[in-house]
This record gives sequence, structure tokens and C-alpha cells, in this order.
Amino acid sequence: MRVVELKNITKRFGNIVANDAIDLDINRGEIHCLLGENGAGKTTLMKIFFGLYSCDTGSIFLNGKDVEVHNPGEAIKLGIGMIHQHFMLVDRLTVAENIIAGQEPKKGIFINFARAKKDVEELSRRYGLKVNAERRIEYTSVGEQQRVEILKNLYRQADILILDEPTAVLTPQEVKDLFTVLRKLKKDGKTIIFITHKLKETMAISDRITVLRDGKKVGTVNTSATSPNELARMMVGREVVLRVYKKAGHPGQTIFQTQNLCATNKRSHLHLKAINIAIKRGEIVGIAGVEGNGQLELEEALMGLREIDRGKIIVNDRDITNYSTAKRRALGMAHIPSSRLKRGLIKSFDLEKNIILGSQWSSHFADKGILAQNRIKKYSREVIDNFDIRCSDSKEIISSLSGGNQQKVIIGRELSGDPQVIIAAQPTRGLDVGAIEYIHNLLLKMRDEGKAILLISAELDELKSLSDRIMVLYEGEMIAEGDTNRFTEEELGLLMAGHREGVLTDVGA
Amino acid sequence: MNDIIYVIFGINTLAAAIRITTPIALAAMGGAFSERSGIINIGLEGMILCGAFAAVLGSFYTGSPWLGVFLSLLLGGFIGALFACFTIKFKADHVVTGVGLNILALGATTYLMQVLWGCKGSSPNVKGLSEVSIPIIKDIPVIGKLLGTHSPLVYIMFLLVFAGWLLLFKTPLGLRIRITGEHPEAADTLGINIKGIQYFSVILSGCLAGLGGAYLSLGQLNWFSMNMSAGRGYMALAANIFGHWNPLGCLAASFLFSYTDALQMRLQSLNIGIAHELIQMLPYILTIIVLAGAVVRSRPPAALGEHYETNK
Repeated sequence: MRVVELKNITKRFGNIVANDAIDLDINRGEIHCLLGENGAGKTTLMKIFFGLYSCDTGSIFLNGKDVEVHNPGEAIKLGIGMIHQHFMLVDRLTVAENIIAGQEPKKGIFINFARAKKDVEELSRRYGLKVNAERRIEYTSVGEQQRVEILKNLYRQADILILDEPTAVLTPQEVKDLFTVLRKLKKDGKTIIFITHKLKETMAISDRITVLRDGKKVGTVNTSATSPNELARMMVGREVVLRVYKKAGHPGQTIFQTQNLCATNKRSHLHLKAINIAIKRGEIVGIAGVEGNGQLELEEALMGLREIDRGKIIVNDRDITNYSTAKRRALGMAHIPSSRLKRGLIKSFDLEKNIILGSQWSSHFADKGILAQNRIKKYSREVIDNFDIRCSDSKEIISSLSGGNQQKVIIGRELSGDPQVIIAAQPTRGLDVGAIEYIHNLLLKMRDEGKAILLISAELDELKSLSDRIMVLYEGEMIAEGDTNRFTEEELGLLMAGHREGVLTDVGA
Repeated sequence: MNDIIYVIFGINTLAAAIRITTPIALAAMGGAFSERSGIINIGLEGMILCGAFAAVLGSFYTGSPWLGVFLSLLLGGFIGALFACFTIKFKADHVVTGVGLNILALGATTYLMQVLWGCKGSSPNVKGLSEVSIPIIKDIPVIGKLLGTHSPLVYIMFLLVFAGWLLLFKTPLGLRIRITGEHPEAADTLGINIKGIQYFSVILSGCLAGLGGAYLSLGQLNWFSMNMSAGRGYMALAANIFGHWNPLGCLAASFLFSYTDALQMRLQSLNIGIAHELIQMLPYILTIIVLAGAVVRSRPPAALGEHYETNK
């Protein structure tokens, strides 16, 4: 029985066609995955369904009836709920306030706070979504915030729940819990639309899958009748090697190490506690951990972007602890920052300027303080060709590139200068399968060329397939360390959640 | 020495402070509503000035100060609507619009004063609001002297501050205002009418500042003079920040500023051997110290000053 039918949905943003005549059928009570790479148009399609965007053409049928959804308020009334990728929660309000806002229980003209708390707790019990109704959002974990988001929609009696990349921020254990909740909701008769680009999850949770690519629908398949390889082919439009091929490593001598590195983030009260990392030439060391456990602080401390309290950083037997960021880079440290647009690129500048960023004073690109336009152009062309950056011209503005190509600009800039040490933080976050494949192979090539690479990532698959050794960061502390093949995925998941018991650990003293 | 202590802790100083507080607290609360919904309101100064002018105008033509007060609410609200239209509908920069509004208000009121009454400095005297006494309270020692007899607008201010606090923190509308200023996108996905909420908040802000202006002209002096607001709008803005965008906090902060102002005036009349100029600096120095300390800790609504585009 069809509960949702989207017919011929088209949406343009300027010259870009985000959705191109897409049809989508959703059955009542199923978990339907909307699969596709970043920029395939999944979120846009669902935002149209939820009334956040208006479509240029097309119509929406709900239970066979032609409906028009002009704004989220109308969507909510129709029983549609959406859990956004970036949570729509107000930090400074409590869990209960966030859930009831817009449909507040009243006592006279006032909000009935007691009733609100009771309602939230009841819902929370019914679906096993544990939350503390009176806690402010800013003091809750990401997992709890997601539960609040789900409750918010259940409170509004949503029958159709749209979840946009819900697992991106969760630990493997939290993902498991989420799936349990989703199955419970399904049993309760809810229909679930699950937006994702992760094949494994798609196979695990869905009944049917619709794949989008470049704003077009590729097809809808039954999960039981498909395979990850077929899905990957549908997503990318060509054969993809899902596992990268990693040669045995030949590590040389240690060229990068930290000794008892301590740093503090006063705002989040996070302390990096005596971090000891040693990386050899030709080795990738992976730092596993749920985001917010000190990865950012570590990345910043290593690059001289955050003051450190104690400890040393040594590159090639040289103590660089007090060196400026520029000096570290000059010594052969390359940095692929976790926040692409905040630290890695200047959005409103063109490719050329971004490619020479940091070297603008060098005599290669400037004569007596004046930029040498021709040499910059020539060099940019080389980088664009070498790193397969898709753009119309070296003068194109960064913000008009796709996320994958933006990342390639950063990588091109950082890896062109023959670095010795590469700090790669979340290098493939938000990228599509094709770009991920490219970056993974590139990092492995760099490793085989003898660079020392520190890979900070929240993706277990990525860590497992690239790293020679893995360290687990939890609340600012390295709680486990070992060769990659000594950890199972399950163990890494538990460690990332802070469970040290019963798990193999050989943390150096 | 005793004189000084008497002035610092004296009831007269405190009572004067309450009077000075009234327009600032009203405008500060207006600022709180506007900014809680995400709209920076630098225009409070101009709104106060227009309110003061409208009150005198109303009283002059009708002979009823209460109709004057009503007109000040109306004009304040209208200016608020104008401000809202620019900042919400046309997405103009909040600060620039506010400053423009202040200049417009100063020019327009000065000009109209000349056109209507033919005088440059100040308007003719009009019928002002007479003070009222609260029966039982006025007979209690100390408190009676402090709160027993005031302009009715002082009592209205106290009631409004409390009502404003209830509205902002205890009602559905208040919750929606706070969400709009913190996270408009979240408000949008909850089906909350963001623009409606913002228009309401900014217009309310204008009404409150206008009422503060009415107190300046009809509650204290019974005439309008050029640039009568004299920076009170900016004081209100500071009080709003210091009071953490909370009507009760706004009142407390306004009172602190007003108290030092009252103190300064009284100390001057004492002749204690310190230059007048130095004593006059007192409120400003305190304001700077307090704000420097408070602003570090205070946290404005997260989406303050941003323009939210719904349904791209």
C-alpha cells in the first residue's frame, strides 16, 4: 500500500538541477533508504517533501491524495516528520522545551511544564529513547540529541519519519541502538525514509532502496534482491572498488613524535592527556574516536594552532614545540584540516589563490611583494591536472566547486610540496564514494613513498583499511593502541564509546 | 561625611533612581523582546524620542495626557513596524537601519516641533500625568516614601516588566520568540511562523520604548524638548545585555545605572570638594566596568542579527 508518491519532482538552484523529474514511491510501514552520493539530491528531495523547499514542477501524493506542502508546519499537520542532519535543537533550552515547542501543552495562557515533562517521559519510555527531559541540550551527548529529535517528531504524531544521514555522528553502538528503535517504530506502523550514503547501513536496515545520482533517480530495488556492489555501481555509475588495496608496509625510522603532549580546550573543558604518538616513515597511524573527544584539539596542537600546556612535538629529531605554524609547514608538515571551509580554504577566493595559500610570500609566486600572476596560473594548472580537480578554470571561485573537488584543492596544495609528515583530519568527510576512493589511494601512495601520516577519522572502515596502527582517543586520552589487525570492528566501537574492560589494550606507559 | 552616607543610602536617592529607571527599563525590555527574536534593536533611542514627542502631541491636541500616552504607544509601535519591515522584509542590516532610524527620529521630531509650535528648543507646556499614591503602601515607613507616590507610568512599568517576564519564559509565545532568536531554522521546521514572531517582537519593542518616551515627557516634565531621550536608548541597550535579555534583569540593570545617575546628581549638590566633572563621570565609569565584566559572560541569542531565508 503506497503511503507516499512523489511524482516528477524537479528543483533547480540557479543553473544546477538538484532534482530532475524524480519519482518516488514509499510503502506504508517500510524502511526505505534513499541512497546516493553527496550532492545527488537526496536531502533536497526530502526538504521538498517536508515543505522546506518548493519544487519547480511535480506533485506529492499522500495516501493517494494530491497534497501541497508549503511549509514544515503543513508537513507536520500531514504527519510528516524530519530529523535533519544538523540537529534543529536550541542549545539553551531544555530537552522538554525543544520537544514541545510549537505544540505546547497549556494551562490557561501559560505552558504546562509539568505536563510537558510527563508527556516527554511517557514517549521516551514507550519507544526506548532515553532522554532527560529537564536537561539543557548543551549538556547532552550527540546520541541523546538525536533521540530528542526523534521524540520531537513522535510528539507531533508523525507517521512518516525522514532521517537525514542519522548515523554520521554516532558511535557503532549508538547506531545499533538507533536501528533497534527504528525497527520498533516500524513495528508500530510508522513509515521511515532513511537518507544515507553508506552501503553497509543501507543493507542492514532497509526494506527497499531508491538510488539517486546527479539529481536523477537511478532505480528502486528490494534490499533482499541486491548487493553492496550493485548499489555502489548504481550510486557512482561505474564499477567501484569498495576495498582499497593496501600493500604491506615498510616503515622506516620514526620521524614524527609527540611526548606527553597536553593541551586544554577551555570552552569545552576537554583536556588532552599526555598524548604519545610516534609515526615512522611509510606508516599511517589512525586515530579512532567519536568526534569531540579531542581530535580537533590534537590536530590544532600538532599544527601550532592551539597552545599546548606541556609536552613536546618532535619532527626529524628537531623539537618543534614552540615553532609557529608557518615554520612547521616549512619543515615539511602538511595539514588537511577537519573543517574544510573554515581552516582549509577561503570560500570566496578563486582556485589559484587557494592553491598558493601559505606560500604567497615564496619567491616562486611573488616578486618583491607583488604576486607573479603567470607563474601562479601555471602552477595552479599543474596542481589541477595532477589532482584531477574538476573545475571550469583556475579562476573559478572555491564555493562553486563540489565538496569533493574542494577537498582535492586542499590536498593538492598540501601534498604538492613533498611533505614529510601529513596530518590528515577527517579527509573524506562528506565526500562521495568516487572522491573517497581517490583520496584513500592517494594517502596509501604517499605512505608507500615514505611519508609519515597521521589519519584522524571518525569512519571505522576508513581507519581499518588505511592505517597500519590504530590508536583510540576517548575524552582526550589515548585508551588503546595496536596494529590495525589486532582490533575487531566491535572492539573499536566499544573502545570509542569508552569501554576499556575486556578489550585488548596495550597502551604505552 | 554623614551627608555623603545619607546621599548614598538615602531614600530620596533611591526614589529618584526609580524615576530615572522607568523609561530605561521599559526600553530595555523592548530591546530584550526584539533581540530575543533575533533582531538587534539599536533604534530604541529613536523610538523613545518619538514616544516622548507623540505623548506631548497627543496631550497638546486632546488635553488628555492619557490619550498622549496612547499615541506614544501607537507611534512607538508604528516605528517598530517600520524598523521590522526594513530588517525582516527587506533584510537590511539591523545596526545600520537602527542608526538611520535614530537620526530620522531626531530630525523629524525637531522639525515637527518647529512646524507645529514654532519653537526651537522645547514645546509649550502640556497637561502631564499627575502622580498617584497607593493607599496602604504610602503609609508604610521607608517603603511608602520609596514606592508610595509616583507617576502612574512607574507602576505600569513594574507591572509590565513582570508581565513581560511571564510572557517570555512561561507562555508558548515566549518559547517561540526565544527559539526564533536562537535557531530560526529549528523554529521553521517546527512550523513556527518566524516572521510573524519577529514582527510581533519588534513592534512590541517599539511600543515599550515609546511608552518609556511618554514617561520622559509627560511623567516628568510636561513638555518635549529637542533630543529629549539623550542617550537613554543606548543605556537601555546596555541594560538589556547586562540583564541577559530578561525583563527582570533589564529592570535590575536599568536600576543600577539609574542609581549611579541619581547619586551623581545628588553628590554634585553637596559640594564635597571633588570636581563636578569627575562626579558626573560616575555613572559612565560604572557602566563601563559593569559591562566589561558582564559582557564577557553574557551570551546573546545565537542567531542575533542574522537574516533567515525560508523556503529557498
